[in-house]
Amino acid sequence: MNSLAAPQRWEKIFWPLVATALLLLLWHFSVIWSGTKIFPSPRDVGRGMLELFRHHVLWADIRDSVRRVLIGFGIAAVLGIPMGLLLGWYPAANQVVNPVMQILRPISPIAWIPVAIIFFGIGDRAAVFLIFLGSFFPIVVACINGVSNVPSVFRRAGRNFGLTPMQLLTRVVFPAALPQILVGLRIALGIAWLVVVAAEMIAVDSGLGYLVIDSRNSGKRYDLVIAAILLIGVIGLILDLIFRSLERLKPLRWGFRNVA
Amino acid sequence: MVTKEVEAAPGLKTKLSVDNVSMTYKRDGKLTHVLENVNLEVSDGEFVCLLGPSGCGKTTLLNTMAGFLTPTSGTIQVNGEAVRGPDPRRIFVFQERGVFPWLTVEGNIGFGLSKLTKPEREQRIAHYVKMVGLQGFEKSYPAELSGGMKQRLEVARALAVNPDMLFLDEPFGALDSITRLVMRSELLRIWQAERKTIIFVTHDIDEAVQLADRVVVMSARPGTIQQIVPIDIAHPRDISSQHYLELRDGIFKQIGLAHQV
Repeated sequence: MNSLAAPQRWEKIFWPLVATALLLLLWHFSVIWSGTKIFPSPRDVGRGMLELFRHHVLWADIRDSVRRVLIGFGIAAVLGIPMGLLLGWYPAANQVVNPVMQILRPISPIAWIPVAIIFFGIGDRAAVFLIFLGSFFPIVVACINGVSNVPSVFRRAGRNFGLTPMQLLTRVVFPAALPQILVGLRIALGIAWLVVVAAEMIAVDSGLGYLVIDSRNSGKRYDLVIAAILLIGVIGLILDLIFRSLERLKPLRWGFRNVA
Repeated sequence: MVTKEVEAAPGLKTKLSVDNVSMTYKRDGKLTHVLENVNLEVSDGEFVCLLGPSGCGKTTLLNTMAGFLTPTSGTIQVNGEAVRGPDPRRIFVFQERGVFPWLTVEGNIGFGLSKLTKPEREQRIAHYVKMVGLQGFEKSYPAELSGGMKQRLEVARALAVNPDMLFLDEPFGALDSITRLVMRSELLRIWQAERKTIIFVTHDIDEAVQLADRVVVMSARPGTIQQIVPIDIAHPRDISSQHYLELRDGIFKQIGLAHQV
């Protein structure tokens, strides 16, 4: 393959398939050669996955995990976007809030698990709270940056056409910042998906995270553990792909490079 | 000898008057005089070019006229009224960077028309789409347009709100030389059709002499008006005529450039 030539259609599918197959082979033979009794082979995991699907628990777990993520992420977006826009719009307010935010932001949402359990007990709401915490700050920060990076020509043009400050925010600043806001939302969704698994291992008794920990605890079923882990990866990828497809919308596409 | 002609062309109403405008910036405790005692009168419907080397304060002057900057001293009046800020009756046209990339051609042209009813707005949009020759691109986004098309779109967006003045800041600077020539004649055609007062900033001597009724030659740091050259040639101008060349060479000398490269 020439790195300058655009890859053919079949190549785009073919080579990743080859890489995946090689990885599966490596895994398969590593299990055989190392003689491990605990770690499952790809075939065991495949059987485990079928078993999970057949017993119908899997769909409920997927549904629970996705529901928690959508609620926590949704609340974070609904609160975070207006807050970020206003903080970006009023730098004075941002200076007041910024120190607190910079302290809260690097804290892993996992560290909040004990606090979440005090507030909400064991259950959905604790998990949703953790997901909210994990996705709120990236959204706010992306909005602040998005607003402050809006080129001044756009603001000036808006003022020149006689917009009020509120109209300027909704008709110029928001659409101009939208590509960056979208990037922030996408990062936040990725974090939300990471957090839900951790939260479900501790704070609730359903969902894919719970499935991982439960498969290990009840009978050391590592085939099911790995199956659940792979599913987490695939669903995370699907969520991300759905979000990336938004980047192709025409009123947004100008803000992204390398999007055909 | 520096001559200063501040009077507007006789017999016409004064549109814009700049009186004793000075502009000083303070940066790192150092004062920079960008403009010093600038006086200028522009009459209604006139096409004036502000010409000078980069850094001479011509863009600053344009920004004060448009109301985006407040002069340190002096006054600027439009129709006898002091300029207090940007106003939809006076639209500033940036280089093509000013079009909104999230809106279509129609959306951009209709941007300043939200007060009109839908049929009125659509009619106005269609009129200016046609005037700047963007038919067939109504639903296109700026990313799908060439530089020249984006520039025409920005002019159309400005004209659509029916302003009585246009401020253009080196609008064709980013275009290739052929497109630039086409854009100049387009702008003249539009100006002749709509008779707006136009203040046009450029550092291109040929461009100024081809377009303007009067060329305001500015000197650098602090920016002052060095000379005002009336270009008394009717449009369309023959840019190889003796008189055109005389005027152009006069400005070349004024700026202190020998006519050789």
